[in-house]
Amino acid sequence: MSALQFDNVSIRLGGRVILSAASFAIEEGEFIGMLGANGAGKTTLMRAALGLTAIAGGMINVCNHAVTRGNSSIGYMPQNRGLALGLRLTGYDVVASAAIGARFGFARLDRATRREIDWALDHVGAREIARRSIGELSGGERQRLLISQALLGRPRLLLLDEPLISLDPAHQKSIVDTARRLRDELKIAILFSAHELNPLVNAIDRVLYLGAGAAVIGPVDEVVTGPVLSRLYNAEIDVVRIRGRYFVMAGDVEIEREAHRHEDHGHGGGHPHDHGDAHV
Amino acid sequence: MAGAIPTITATRMFEYDFMRTAFLASGVAAVLAGIVGFFLVLRGQTFAGHALSHVGFTGATGAVLFGVSPLAGLVGFTLIAGVGMGLFGEKLAQRDVAIGMMLSLALGLGLLFLHFYTSAATQAAALLFGNVLGVDRTALLTLVLLAAASLTALAAIARPLIFASLQAELAEARGVPLRFVSSAFLAIVAIAVAECAQIVGVLLVFTLMVGPAAAAQALSRRLATGVLLAAALALAEAWGGLTLAYYSDWPTSFWITALSGLVYAGSLGARRLAG
Repeated sequence: MSALQFDNVSIRLGGRVILSAASFAIEEGEFIGMLGANGAGKTTLMRAALGLTAIAGGMINVCNHAVTRGNSSIGYMPQNRGLALGLRLTGYDVVASAAIGARFGFARLDRATRREIDWALDHVGAREIARRSIGELSGGERQRLLISQALLGRPRLLLLDEPLISLDPAHQKSIVDTARRLRDELKIAILFSAHELNPLVNAIDRVLYLGAGAAVIGPVDEVVTGPVLSRLYNAEIDVVRIRGRYFVMAGDVEIEREAHRHEDHGHGGGHPHDHGDAHV
Repeated sequence: MAGAIPTITATRMFEYDFMRTAFLASGVAAVLAGIVGFFLVLRGQTFAGHALSHVGFTGATGAVLFGVSPLAGLVGFTLIAGVGMGLFGEKLAQRDVAIGMMLSLALGLGLLFLHFYTSAATQAAALLFGNVLGVDRTALLTLVLLAAASLTALAAIARPLIFASLQAELAEARGVPLRFVSSAFLAIVAIAVAECAQIVGVLLVFTLMVGPAAAAQALSRRLATGVLLAAALALAEAWGGLTLAYYSDWPTSFWITALSGLVYAGSLGARRLAG
C-alpha cells in the first residue's frame, strides 16, 4: 500500500503551473526528502494531499483513500507555524490544544487523550520540554514539540514542512535523527521538505525533487544529477559530490545555499507569508 | 472599636436595592468579560473588541431614537457587526485601518442619532461611560440570560477556538472550520461587549475585557488557570470599583479603570520579577 500516491496530478495557483501531470508514490515506512527551488510547490503539494488546495487534474490517494479534509491518517507540521501569540503558555497546553482542538461540544482532556499526548511527546523526547513556556524554548526544542503534535491520532503519513529552517547544524541533525527514529519505530511514511539536501542525505530512503511542474522521485544518486536537475531548474546545473556531500551549482552560484539564505532573511518574526504563492 | 465602623457601613451599602442590583449586574458582566476577554487577547483581536463597542454605541442611540430599549439596540448592532467581521475572515478582524475606520464611522453615526434625540446629554454620558447604578431588575435579568447563553456557546466552541487561535494553519488541516469558529466567537464577543457597556460604558469596555485578561496571561502559563484568573480579576475589579465609588462618591467607571490599570501594571511587574 502506498502512503501517498500522485497520479497525473496537475495543480495551478493563480495562473501559474505548480505541477503538471506529475506522478509518484511514497510507500509505507519510507523517509522521503523533498527538495526544489523556492516556488517549486513543496508546500502546495502537502496542502493538496491535505485537501486544502484544489487540484486541476489527476488523482491523489492517501493510504489508498481519496483526499479529505481533516484526514486523520496524515500528521502535518506546517511551515507557517503560528504560535506568535500565547508564547507564555506551556508546550503541553499547546500540544493539548491540538489534541482536542477539532472537537466541538464540551470536550474534556480525559485520561485517554492525556495518555496519547504523553505518547506523542515521548516519541520525540519532548516530555520535559513541554513543561516550559513555548516562548522560552530554543528553535530545536520548539520544532520537536511541533513534530509531536503531528503524531497525535497515530497517522500513517507525516508531512513535515521545512523542519530544519533557521536551525543550527547540531539541531538540524537531531531533528533528522528524530524523523529517522520515527520511521523505524512507527513504520510511518515521512515526507520531509528542506532547502538543503546534505543534512538529510544519510537519513532518507529516497529523494523527491520538484521543479518546472515535474516531480522526480528516486535514490539520491540517480535524482541529484546534472541532467535531471537541469531539466527541473530549466537551467544548466552541475552537481558536485565531495565526500558524500552534494553541491548543486548553477554556473558560479550554489543554488541550495542561495535559497536558504533567502529563507532566513524573512524569518525574523512570525513570518506570515502567503502559502501557495511564490514562497513555497 | 475603630475596626467596627467599616462593617456597619458595608452592611448599609447592601441595604440599598440599587446597590444589590449593581453588584449582581457588574458581577455577571465582569465574569463574562473576563473569560471572553481572555480568548480575545489570546487571539490578538483586542482592537476588534474595542471597535464592536463603538458599533454598539450607534445601535444604542439608534434604538433610543426609534423608541426601542438601548440594550436591545446595543446587543443587536454588536452582534451583526461581530458576525460580519468574522465572515470577512481572520484577516479583516486583525486589520487595524479597516477596523479603525469602522469604529469612527459608527461613533459618528451614533452622534447623529443623539443629535436627533432631544434629551441626549444624560443618555449619552450613560452610554459612553456606563451607569451601573441605573441597571433595573429587567435589565439585570437580561444580562444574566445573555451571559449564560454566551458562556455556554463559548464552552461549546472553546477547543476549536483555542486551536485555531494558536495554530490556525494546523487547525485548518485538521478540519477545524476557521471561518465558522471566528464568526461564532465574535458573536460571543459582541454580547460580552454589550454587557460591559452597561457597566462601564462603550468607551471603557477595554478596561473589563482586556485589562484582566492581559494580566491573567502575564501571570499564568496554563490555559485553564488563565481563564479562571481573568474572570476572578475582572470580578474583583468590578466589585472593588463599586465599593470604592460608594465610599468616595466618585464615578464607578473611574474606579474600575483605575483598578484595571493597577492590576495590569502589577502583573507586568510580577512577571518581570519572576523572570
